[in-house]
Amino acid sequence: MKFFPLVWANLMRHKRRTFLTTASVTLALFLFASLRSVITTLEAGAQVGSESRMIVQSAKAIVFFLPMSYRERLAAVPGVQAVTWADWFGGVYQDPKNFFASFAAEPESYLDMYKSDFTLPDDQRAAFIKERTACIVGQHLLDKFGWRLGQDVTLKGTIFQGDWTFTVRGVYHATNKAFSEDALMFHYDMLYERYPRFVEPGWYVIQLKDPSLASQVAAAVDSMFKNSSDPTKTGTERAFNASFATMWGNVSFLMNSIGMAVVFAILLVAANSMMLSARERISEVGVLKTVGFQDRLLFALVMAEAGMIALGGAVVGLGVAKVLYPVVGFTAMGFLPGFDVTPGTLALGVGIAVLLALASGLVPAVSAARLSAVQALRHLE
Amino acid sequence: MKIPIIYNIRSLLRRPVSSAMTMLGVALVVGVFIAMLALANGFKMALIRTGSPDNVVVLRKGADSELSSGISRDNAAIISALPQVARDAGGRPLASPEVFVPMNLDAAGGGDRLVVARGVNVVAFQVRHSVRIVEGRTFTPGRDEVIIGTSIAPLLAHGAVGDTIHFAGRGWLVAGHFSSGGSAFESEIWGENEQLMPALRGQVFQVVVLRLADPARFDEARRALENDPRFQVDAHRESEFYASQSLILRQILNFLAVFITGIMAIGAVFGAVNTMYAAVASRTDEIAVLLTLGFPPRSVLASFLGEAAFLALAGGLLGCLVALPINGIVTTTTNWSSFSQLAFQFMVTPAILVRGVIFALVMGVLGGYFPARRAARIPVVQAIR
Repeated sequence: MKFFPLVWANLMRHKRRTFLTTASVTLALFLFASLRSVITTLEAGAQVGSESRMIVQSAKAIVFFLPMSYRERLAAVPGVQAVTWADWFGGVYQDPKNFFASFAAEPESYLDMYKSDFTLPDDQRAAFIKERTACIVGQHLLDKFGWRLGQDVTLKGTIFQGDWTFTVRGVYHATNKAFSEDALMFHYDMLYERYPRFVEPGWYVIQLKDPSLASQVAAAVDSMFKNSSDPTKTGTERAFNASFATMWGNVSFLMNSIGMAVVFAILLVAANSMMLSARERISEVGVLKTVGFQDRLLFALVMAEAGMIALGGAVVGLGVAKVLYPVVGFTAMGFLPGFDVTPGTLALGVGIAVLLALASGLVPAVSAARLSAVQALRHLE
Repeated sequence: MKIPIIYNIRSLLRRPVSSAMTMLGVALVVGVFIAMLALANGFKMALIRTGSPDNVVVLRKGADSELSSGISRDNAAIISALPQVARDAGGRPLASPEVFVPMNLDAAGGGDRLVVARGVNVVAFQVRHSVRIVEGRTFTPGRDEVIIGTSIAPLLAHGAVGDTIHFAGRGWLVAGHFSSGGSAFESEIWGENEQLMPALRGQVFQVVVLRLADPARFDEARRALENDPRFQVDAHRESEFYASQSLILRQILNFLAVFITGIMAIGAVFGAVNTMYAAVASRTDEIAVLLTLGFPPRSVLASFLGEAAFLALAGGLLGCLVALPINGIVTTTTNWSSFSQLAFQFMVTPAILVRGVIFALVMGVLGGYFPARRAARIPVVQAIR
């Protein structure tokens, strides 16, 4: 530790260079943390679905309705504890750019089904269930548009024509981090009333008595409707969510590899600067050797300098990413709920910084240690 | 009096490692920049090419995509008879009422994919004239036959010509593959309306596409359709409609492009600044000699700025070379407005390459300016001592 002032003095000699190099490392690791968090958030989204809930949808495609009569038949399948259903509404608030999830559901059974994923005050729950034209929204969505409890909100239907006005009777908070707060839910009956000959459930959600029954129940349900005009496709909610995550296709992979290339490029530049500093001071190494510094100590001094720049940059870059995103509430327009930098990402980032310190420090450190004092001094031109 | 360029080139060659690393850094940044632009460009082109400015897309009022629309058979007939619609030699209106349904299909190699099945009539090939059969033949009206777009065909199990593909509770013979100049149709399966409609969504079309006799009369056609009391529809120019369909994903791609390239450009400029400052510092006495010889400070500034720009330019050109092979690579993502798979290519165009090189030059000049100014202001007497 007593050599810290020496390392510090070396760093401070070229203040500008030290600052720029550290800033490059900071940028690289900030970018690394951001891009990796996109991937981890998508993966987390794929993991959140419950293993004890199953989604029953049309085997033809998600846009097809399933008959209302399936409700009773699903409830009768052994291993099924509860059944609810919902329909994608796809409404637009004022401008098509204001994209968020809106859907119609059977209120009581749906709220019961998902009661462990969000909290909704009891009085708001009762008010929502009682009033046919009521809706509940996520806290984040409420804040985004500046809505209030009791306000009438009009959505323009994209699938179901016309203007639809709902009264906000409840605001829910997601207790499960990956459960979106950018959503609006209203009564299935309201949808059915306007389109009685058209609307049927878009998907059913079933609660299993025991998660181990999943494959058994899925097989029972799908074989029951196999030869009907509306065959079903049943899977756990987790598998259902995972299929949405894979819908991004290669784009997230591409983003990731592009990001890694960028990180590598910036680190290359930073390593270059660090090696430059070390090369410039070869003659000093000669002086230090002459006054009796050991080879091992010189090696350590050069490595310590590289380490301080790399780790200093890493701590700032990773720290900013960790703090910034939750503070500004970044969710990529609701596509990445619960966007956050995971501890794993932070650890990886520190690992990259250590590698950078090794890669950029090792060559000059070894040459500093090996150089004979005479040779080093001769370098002074 | 200018300092010969050979001086700069020799200087760069005297410190090969440092020069090469700076150049490589710039090259990687430019390569990534080009890749991002090529990705966004390919995606945009796939959707823009889908639509023609001569065509009108008619959807149910308020529908924001083909997926959420619905138009009855009767209304489709009325819409097709609009006087502004072009007619073929036999007097048939060039109007294509279409069924549009994303289907779960078995993917090659397991799992499933959402792919759009589009039901069309025979006139559709005249309305959407970019569509060409590249293998096999078109479907035969009245039979359970389909044709598959070239982008999606290799990704499907049983997508080859002559195979039978299963969906909507039936088997369909794959009669041929079609291309459409890289548009989104290449990610679709087409079959005959009268076969697909009963198998899919019942007696309703999702969209009617009209070819205008005179594209300039679009507004007239639109007013006629939207004010018709018999139905409630929205009419869009086809090219604008498909471009708007990609809005969400384009916004995300653009945001990422700005975010990533912005950060990396700053990093690269920092690197260039460091390298050039070091170059100036190690050549202090050389610069003093140049100044003593009578080269004005202005020339020294120009020379060092030129050196930085040259380094960046070389890096930029290398970046272009690195990025070129990604041209034509096919990737897929989900088109969120139809919830279906869309395959598209990275498209590197000359304009994008030029932007990459300019980007490199800007980085070089930005990174080289302050060190070059320092070089020009070196106090001669002190330096030479």
